[in-house]
Amino acid sequence: MSILIITEHDNQSLKPVTLSLVTAAQQIGGDIDLLVAGENAQPAAEAAASIAGVRKVIHADNAAYAHQLAENVSKLVVELAEGYTHILAPGTTTGKNLAPRVAALLGVNQLSDIIAVEAADTFKRPIYAGNAIATVKSADAVKVITVRGTAFDAAEASGGSATVEACDSVHQHADVSFVGEELAKSDRPELTAASVVISGGRGMGNGENFDMLNKVADKLGAAVGASRAAVDAGFVPNDMQVGQTGKMVAPELYIAVGISGAIQHLAGMKDSKIIVAINKDEEAPIFQVADYGLVADLFEAVPELESRL
Amino acid sequence: MKVLVAVKRVIDYNVKVRVKSDRSDVDLANVKMALNPFCEIAVEEAVRLKEAGTAEEVVVVSIGSKSCQEQLRTALALGADRAIQVDAQDQLDSLSVARILQKVAEEESADLILLGKQAIDSDNNQTGQMLAALMDRPQATFASEVVVEGDALKVTREIDGGLQTLSLKLPAIVTTDLRLNEPRYASLPNIMKAKRKPLDVKTPDELGAQLAGGVELLSVEPPAERQAGIKVGSVEELVDKLRNEAKVVA
Repeated sequence: MSILIITEHDNQSLKPVTLSLVTAAQQIGGDIDLLVAGENAQPAAEAAASIAGVRKVIHADNAAYAHQLAENVSKLVVELAEGYTHILAPGTTTGKNLAPRVAALLGVNQLSDIIAVEAADTFKRPIYAGNAIATVKSADAVKVITVRGTAFDAAEASGGSATVEACDSVHQHADVSFVGEELAKSDRPELTAASVVISGGRGMGNGENFDMLNKVADKLGAAVGASRAAVDAGFVPNDMQVGQTGKMVAPELYIAVGISGAIQHLAGMKDSKIIVAINKDEEAPIFQVADYGLVADLFEAVPELESRL
Repeated sequence: MKVLVAVKRVIDYNVKVRVKSDRSDVDLANVKMALNPFCEIAVEEAVRLKEAGTAEEVVVVSIGSKSCQEQLRTALALGADRAIQVDAQDQLDSLSVARILQKVAEEESADLILLGKQAIDSDNNQTGQMLAALMDRPQATFASEVVVEGDALKVTREIDGGLQTLSLKLPAIVTTDLRLNEPRYASLPNIMKAKRKPLDVKTPDELGAQLAGGVELLSVEPPAERQAGIKVGSVEELVDKLRNEAKVVA
C-alpha cells in the first residue's frame, strides 16, 4: 500500500495537523508520501521532508497553488494519484474543501473526518455531531479520506530525511480567483492545535471580560475559545467558537468558564482529556462532563486562578 | 439568473439521537424529521436573490423517498417557485447524489447552485464540492456572504483562522455556513400557497445518472460516555488537583 498525504501549510511552515495525518497513515500502513502544493513553499517542503517516516515529498510550486484553491489542487492530486491506495487530507476547512473534489474526479466516494483506523479499508467516524460513531468500510480502489487531527497523536516532526521531488504541473481554473483574506492575528496557539484551551460563555457578560481569560491563557500557553452563546451575543468573533458548528477541539486541558454546556458545545470539546468547569449555577449540564467542577462566581474565581498559576 | 437549491430531509436538530439496539444504525422510527438547517439557509439565500430581482426563478430539488416531498413543500413555503423530487432510496451516498444533481443542474441550466455545507445526519460535507468537480465549475464552500457582480459572484468563506474571499464566474456552486443569513419562518398563507406550486417527480434512470456506492456501513455505536468528575471547593483546590492529580499544569 502507499499513501499520499495532502499537507496543510501556509507556504512558510507546516500546520501541526499534518503530523497527525502521518500517524493515521502509519496506522493504515505502507509507504507515506507528502504533497506540498503552494507558492514559494520551499520552507514547508523542507519541514515535510524532515518528518520521521516519510518516503518522499512532492513539491508543486506555482502561483496557481498559492491559496490552495480546490479547483486547482484537486486536478494536481488526481494527476499524482496513480499508484496510491489512500489519499489523506486534513479535516480542516482546506481539506474538506478539497478532498470531495478529488474523490469525485476519481469516481469514488469519500470518507469524512475519520477518528480511528480499524483496518486499511475500515474506519470509524462521528455522525450526528458526534452523538453516534459509525464504522464504515470502503471498497473503492483508492480511498479518499479526511482525518480529524485531534483524534491522532502527532508524529515526530524531525528525524526523517525524505527526498523532495519537484512537480512542474500547473492546473489553473480560469473561472475562480482569490480576492483576499482576513486572518485573525494572535500570538496564542490555534484553537484546534492548542494543548490547553480556555473558553468563555454567555456568563462572561461582555467582550471586555474575555481579557480575564486572555490573562490565564498567557500563563498556560492556552488558546481562547467561546461558546456559541457568547458568539451570538457579539462578545467575540465567530472564529473563536467551539462546538458542533464551530471548531472541534481535544486539548489536554479544557477550561469552560461561564458555559452552561449545551449539547452543541459539548460536541466540540467532550474529547478533551481533562475538563474543568467554572460556573455559578451548580445545575449547569457542563458539570456532568467535567472532571473538576467549581461552583463559583467567575469574576472572582478567574482572577484568583490567574494569580495561583 | 436561475438558482437551483438542493435540500435534504434529516432528523430534526432538536431530537436526541438514539442508536438501535442491534447497532445497525441510528433509530429514525417515529422521529421528527425536518429540513436540514444548512439547506434552509441555502433556500433563504436563493429567495433573497429573487426578492432582490437578481434571480428569476428558484428551483428546489431533493433526492429520496416520497417523504422528502414534505421538506420540498417547506422550501416552497419559504419562497421557492417549484420543486423536483428525485425518487431514490434515502441516505444515498454523496457521489450518487452529486451525479444526480449534475443531471438536474444541466437539465435546468442553473446559473447558481446552492447547497448546505453539510447535512447534520451524515456530517459528510462533500456533496457541493463533488458536484462542482463533476461539472468542472468553481466552488465556494462555507459561505458567509454572497454578492452577485454581473456574471460573477464574490463570496466570503469562513475558513480556519478567519475569512477568505473568492471571485467565481457563473455557473458556480456555493455551500452555506451558519452565518450567511437567518432563515424566515413560513407564514400560513405561504404554506397554503406552497401546496399548489408544481412538484415534479423524476428517477435517476430518467435523468441518466449512474449511482456509485462503494462505502458500507458496518455498525453504529453510541459515543463513549464521559463520567462526571468531582466538585472542588475552591480555586486553590482546583489548581492543586490540576498540578498534582491530573498533572496538566506545571
